[in-house]
Amino acid sequence: MDMICINCPKGCHLSIEKDGDGWNIQGYACERGKAYALSEMTDPRRTLTSTVKIKDGTITRCPVKTSAPIPKDMVRDAAKSLDSVTVIAPVKVGDVIVANVLGTGSDIIATRNIAKA
Amino acid sequence: MRDLIVIGAGPAGLAAAEEASRNGLKDILLIERDDYLGGILNQCIHNGFGLHHFKEELTGPEYASRFIDQLEGTGINVMTGCMVIDIDEDRTVTYVSKEHGLVSEQAKAIILSMGCRERTRGAIGIPGTRPAGVLTAGAAQRYVNIDGFMVGKRVVILGSGDIGLIMARRLTLEGAEVLACVEVMPYSSGLQRNISQCLNDFGIPLYLSHTVTEIRGENRVEQVVVQEVGPDRKPVPGTEMVYDCDTLLLSVGLIPENELTREAGIKIDPRTKGAVVSDDMQTSLDGVFACGNVLQVHDLVDNVTAESLRAGKAAAEYVLSGKKRGEVHSVVTKGAATYAVPQKIRCDAEGNVTMSFRVNRTIRKGTISLSGKDKTFISIKRSDMTPGEMQQLIVPMKLVGNIEPQEFVLDVEEVTE
Repeated sequence: MDMICINCPKGCHLSIEKDGDGWNIQGYACERGKAYALSEMTDPRRTLTSTVKIKDGTITRCPVKTSAPIPKDMVRDAAKSLDSVTVIAPVKVGDVIVANVLGTGSDIIATRNIAKA
Repeated sequence: MRDLIVIGAGPAGLAAAEEASRNGLKDILLIERDDYLGGILNQCIHNGFGLHHFKEELTGPEYASRFIDQLEGTGINVMTGCMVIDIDEDRTVTYVSKEHGLVSEQAKAIILSMGCRERTRGAIGIPGTRPAGVLTAGAAQRYVNIDGFMVGKRVVILGSGDIGLIMARRLTLEGAEVLACVEVMPYSSGLQRNISQCLNDFGIPLYLSHTVTEIRGENRVEQVVVQEVGPDRKPVPGTEMVYDCDTLLLSVGLIPENELTREAGIKIDPRTKGAVVSDDMQTSLDGVFACGNVLQVHDLVDNVTAESLRAGKAAAEYVLSGKKRGEVHSVVTKGAATYAVPQKIRCDAEGNVTMSFRVNRTIRKGTISLSGKDKTFISIKRSDMTPGEMQQLIVPMKLVGNIEPQEFVLDVEEVTE
């Protein structure tokens, strides 16, 4: 299977084939690329970035991300689950907004410092 | 008189101001038009920033906050909600703000870091009606990510620049249906990784060599017509596809915002639409430097940071040493190279000079060289160069040596086997 590595802007063209008990991975320029190809075959994951409502802040949306990549097929549901979340300012980069989102083991954390208005 | 005025506090202005401060300038004023610092990074809430500069993957707001946090304790004066309306040849900057009114003040040096603007429907002339629902991808990004307004339910994206690709994913995750991404060129100008993770992950089709030939709808967009284009980029009759949609996003290129630069009489390179600079990022006007997207449109903020650090350091050296720029070599391009920044290299430049350029077509295997009148200074091989990705060539000045001012040629050639 051919794929483009999404780890960095280089976008290496990767190919991965089942090889006995293991995998034959070609085209990677670094270990992250090799790990990405393997994870795409066994447990594809993505970092989700989105926003949640914020009250009493200098702005009205607080950008957030998952603290670690979550299973790819849960990304849409995780994004949807943030629709009902509201936080109160102030917020600091790294603050946990939703712990263990949808049981993925990954937290939703703030990515911007937002002061109280 | 101020040591330095920096215009624009996005990633370029923040890095340049901080580096100028680290290099000894005391009285620095950083002016920002918006109400907060960080510029467009604040609306780029996706990840993928900082892999070069911070060696970790950050989102746009996180990347910006690293620089905003570093401002503390530097003594840099920051003005937000403040707009520069004029720069004079004697480096007098005129700005307006609610707080200070209309102010003119002279600086020993100026750094231009105003960023860029998006091309709009008018710039590409799409026929049809003029309903609501046609907006640039960056405007949509601001509405969704900063203001919290959704822009539409059924969306077609024209242009496959990175912002368009990123918005395809973003709008999908917010519940919209993104029907197609349409690109007039036979290749995407966006990064491969973004085609993969923003379009392919969500099953959004990318139509290369296609364009929007008509917008329909009275008050709101109701339909857009997409057509294939031939090698001459003219629509091919009979290939019409009609999409029922309420929104058309345009991701059709960025233009450096150089009104102030032009009015100051600073020389502009018609290819980059940014200032002509020497390797110290100094423009044709003594003591005025430029960096970031106002100089050349970048793909990666990490490259903006590196360029802006050079500008900040050079501005500090200019002010502290009082030394004017001496003689320069000029750089012209050949082969597949469409432009080169810097356009001038100081004859007495030391260390490494970073040349940035783009290619006009996809080159699987190629050579990049820089030559003078009688000598090739550097020649390297590089594979997989695409028009969408800025290339860089590091030129150690010791390879150039102490030679008389002359024309250098940056040549990119395809190697066929």
